[in-house]
Amino acid sequence: MAVSMDHTEHAGHPDMSNVRKVAMWAFLGSECLFFGTLISTFLLYHNTTGDGPTAKEIFSVPFTSVSSFVLLMSSLTMVLAHHAAGRKDWRRMRVWLLATAGLGLVFLSGQAYEFTSFVHEGLTVTTSPFGSAFFVLTGFHGGHVAIGVIMLLATTLMSFTGRLRDGEGMNVELVGLYWHFVDIVWIVIFTVVYLLQV
Amino acid sequence: MGQAIDRPHPTPRDYVLIAVILFAITAAEVGVTYVDALDSARAPLLLTMSAAKFVIVVGWYMHLRFDRPVYRNLFLIGLILTPILFGAVLLSFGLLIGN
Repeated sequence: MAVSMDHTEHAGHPDMSNVRKVAMWAFLGSECLFFGTLISTFLLYHNTTGDGPTAKEIFSVPFTSVSSFVLLMSSLTMVLAHHAAGRKDWRRMRVWLLATAGLGLVFLSGQAYEFTSFVHEGLTVTTSPFGSAFFVLTGFHGGHVAIGVIMLLATTLMSFTGRLRDGEGMNVELVGLYWHFVDIVWIVIFTVVYLLQV
Repeated sequence: MGQAIDRPHPTPRDYVLIAVILFAITAAEVGVTYVDALDSARAPLLLTMSAAKFVIVVGWYMHLRFDRPVYRNLFLIGLILTPILFGAVLLSFGLLIGN
């Protein structure tokens, strides 16, 4: 797919913010394939539990629903941070970015608690193909959330050094796109891995 | 690259309203799993509600409704290839099991 220059761009000087945004969307498109593969693998193995516990025996829908709610709300705080960045309201942007990072950390804490309780109940990554597929899928998603939290905190720190000003506010948009993507992946995981299995 | 689509961009108030809608859909999803009478319709209902949440987040929070078509196309390539990949994996496993 050819990426032509915007009318505001000059020959030899492409608008780097647009280039980075195109790159981010291409990256997110490829991430669809990555998570699609992991979700496909989970669906292939979700009934292969061997002697280990089944999804119905160990999943807690109320607990995971609260985690999902936390991640959905983090998308709201993220989009509000982006909106504040667009208005160059840096103080409010930092508040919303830190709120988003905080909600991400709450989600990760919930996932750590859930993983620990599953291990105590006898489901580990080596118990069964179901366990392997579940931990690899949700673990990779958790890894993406952790990277997102680091990006949010780094962006907040960058805002104190003034590097987000003068058109470099695109950074907040790119971090936002990544964060929302992590959220939509969880929307699919919540339905396919949790709700459809109980 | 194509120009951004000329639609009024959401305000913070719109974003909060969207969050309320997402919360309501999530609550409905959880509710469906507890209603035994909906057992036969559970999967299509859950998948429909999940797809609705997906579209809302991508369209409004990720601004795909308002942005340049090239971004949407890049994302769609990944989205369209995903079920094809899933089909290929299922077919491969079916052939392996068949042999």
